[in-house]
Amino acid sequence: MFGFVLRRLAVAIPTLLLLIVLSFLLMHAAPGGPFTQERALPPQVLANLNAKYGLDEPLWRQIAGYVWGIVAHFDFGPSFVYPDRSVNQIIAAGFPVTLTYGGIAFLVAMAVGISLGVAAAVRQNSWLDHLVVGLSIGAQVLPNFVMAPILVLVFTLWLGWLPGGGWGGPLYWIMPVLALSTSFMASIARITRSSMLEVLGQDHIRTARAKGLPERAVILRHALRPAMLPVVSYLGPAFVTMITGSVVVDMYFSTGGIGRSFVDSALNRDYAVMMGVTILAGALTILFSLLVDVAYAWIDPKIRY
Amino acid sequence: MTRLLLTSALVAGIALPVLAAAPAEGEKLAENQSYTFWLLDAIKTADPQKNTDVEGSDIIRQLFEGLLNEDTDGAPVPGVATGFDLSQDKLTYTFHLRAQAKWSNGEPVTAHDFVYAWRRLADPATASEYAWFMELMNVENAGAVVKGDKPPEELGVRALDDHRLEVRLTTPTPYFPKMVTHASTFPVNRKVIEAEGDGWTQPGKLVGNGAYVLKSHDLGVQISMERNPDYWDAGNVIMQRIQGLTVNDNNVALTRYQAGELDRVQIPAGQYPRLEKETPDQAVSIPYACTYGYLFNLGDKGPEALKDVRVRQALSYAMQRDVVVNQILQGGQKPAYNWTHWAIEGFQMPQIDYAAWSQAERLDKAKALLAEAGYGPDKPLRLTLQYNTDDNHKKIAVATQQFYKQLGVELTLNNVEWKVHTDRMQAGDFEMARYAWCADYNEASTFLDFFRSTGMNYGDYSNPEFDALMDRSKTSEDPNAQYAAAEAILARDMPLVPIYHYAKVDMIRDDIRGLPTRNVMNDWYAKDIYRIQK
Repeated sequence: MFGFVLRRLAVAIPTLLLLIVLSFLLMHAAPGGPFTQERALPPQVLANLNAKYGLDEPLWRQIAGYVWGIVAHFDFGPSFVYPDRSVNQIIAAGFPVTLTYGGIAFLVAMAVGISLGVAAAVRQNSWLDHLVVGLSIGAQVLPNFVMAPILVLVFTLWLGWLPGGGWGGPLYWIMPVLALSTSFMASIARITRSSMLEVLGQDHIRTARAKGLPERAVILRHALRPAMLPVVSYLGPAFVTMITGSVVVDMYFSTGGIGRSFVDSALNRDYAVMMGVTILAGALTILFSLLVDVAYAWIDPKIRY
Repeated sequence: MTRLLLTSALVAGIALPVLAAAPAEGEKLAENQSYTFWLLDAIKTADPQKNTDVEGSDIIRQLFEGLLNEDTDGAPVPGVATGFDLSQDKLTYTFHLRAQAKWSNGEPVTAHDFVYAWRRLADPATASEYAWFMELMNVENAGAVVKGDKPPEELGVRALDDHRLEVRLTTPTPYFPKMVTHASTFPVNRKVIEAEGDGWTQPGKLVGNGAYVLKSHDLGVQISMERNPDYWDAGNVIMQRIQGLTVNDNNVALTRYQAGELDRVQIPAGQYPRLEKETPDQAVSIPYACTYGYLFNLGDKGPEALKDVRVRQALSYAMQRDVVVNQILQGGQKPAYNWTHWAIEGFQMPQIDYAAWSQAERLDKAKALLAEAGYGPDKPLRLTLQYNTDDNHKKIAVATQQFYKQLGVELTLNNVEWKVHTDRMQAGDFEMARYAWCADYNEASTFLDFFRSTGMNYGDYSNPEFDALMDRSKTSEDPNAQYAAAEAILARDMPLVPIYHYAKVDMIRDDIRGLPTRNVMNDWYAKDIYRIQK
């Protein structure tokens, strides 16, 4: 197991490097640059700017310098669009916000999704099952960019219970968590339900029941664990998606998270910020898919690396 | 030297510098003196010399103060300077700075601070995206300094003493005083910048000389400011706290306005008529100094057809501006038949022949011109219109496609992302392109200089007659005659299809007073705002 983890970590480094080089090249291939604006800059001003940010150097030197800055100083460089801020500062300000609402949304989605899924599977074809399936289909097809403005309309304008946006105490977390967790919750409920149904039909469950175990113990002790395998493989990437933020949440609730940076930096050609958030998301994805694999081995003793 | 005063407003300003923020008779001030405004995007920087956008300028205007400010009509009034002298040859301005002006750390604001800031703007080491503004102002040696050919010390600005600032220009520039209300010309504190580096604009570090000090700034969330007790006119500042909230979605922002979280917000396109009916004391439409149009590419890469002036005229005549303004935008915008925004201070709208025709007459004329140019059913004119992603641009483009169909012109629409649009336009890779130009200062030349051969116009329009007129306007006592003639040339040569003059369409809380409603630049100063008791 230890060797497996080490091997996976060793592969992670070239994977990240490849990600950096590919994103860098794609980004520079897009027309326009960070300083392309409505009124063309005089050539000498543009040259000054390019010199300041090192954009006048050949591409390979830029990539090498960039990677070296990260490896040697953990420095992701200055933002091209926010001249008083470095990428490190932008991520340090935005990531905790995203981590907070994303983390809570994940816990909510997981707890509610799994509970609903199990309940629906145990009472298959009951009204509860139909309700869960109906709701989860509904929640999955309702895009969060439709849901977000509706939430603001209801909770801020009509009821006056919640602030319409911004970032602060727990009151500010509710709408982002609702908007972000709903569709994940629905997916988790449906995956749990179908996986649970499959497990409940297996021999070892019949044996457990035959032993005379109470239904509660059968479900919690014998059915839940094996039923979690497909759920866990879904949870890993879902967790990364949630904690690296949602453009929709950041846009509609003005949370200041880094989700918005993904789109903004691409549209603004803020090369450094774009690289920073891409690397962050890439590194987290690699890390959590590793954790999922480790969790697999723990859940299912048959799996050995 | 003759002592010159800007306008009668400046004279009044010197005598009564407190006029702006004073409540009218019978108005009672509200207990709560706070003002919350809407920001579409994150504020990129609060550094006057590095800022490039309008929302950033709105913040900088509260935290810093330049030589001159604007009153609610947009006319220059004293700021840090109480007035200025202009030399006989109109090339040297000497500004007189008030002795009471202070930085928020208590130090006096001196002419040296302005010299430092102006050199900093032009200095290649700063790499400011607004360095060209020094050149636009015609400050001596600005071009050479920006290029790096001369050191920043040779820029035509110097401190005669602590309270006298001398600026030397290369050409007489009648609107120069209006340009020093621009945020990029505001002073900055050298000591703080040298001590803190790029991070000097952060709360707790930022030292300004404006009526407000920075309290907190969460990127993309909010920015808050509080009244600065050290400001020279602090005794007349009524508004205590101001806050900008970033909301990326205009509709959500309107909801939050209606929930009472914002005091001012833009009205999304098409909703003005309804809101104006429901809340006439809150919905406002204010002329805003930008003009929208479709630029023709007359350059080498442009299509042959557009080099024929008859084709360009036909396309302009066939544009149904009333439909665009009344059916699509519906926010008090005005149809444009010329380039300069109608509400620019001192600008007299010239007679433009086709503005007076009916749309049916225009269409007939357009058909005749196009036929004359050799296009018809057997040889239809095919063109491509490029525009950047935006709901309104799309609606107008789709409508235009229909307008041109009546003319027998097949218009292909090409929607691209903003950076791609800009990049292609600047490279000359387009046939027709959506464009809008906004004034840098409140005077007609900011629009008309665009179409000079050396101007920014990406369509490569060039007419020596036009250039000569604009040259003459710079030294003219009353340049309106030249401006009218220049507009007449544009209406004849038609380097673009002017479509509409902008209006700023906003909801403003009805107990807020002192926001400019007649300043076409829409620059506002929180020190002039107050809230009355209702």
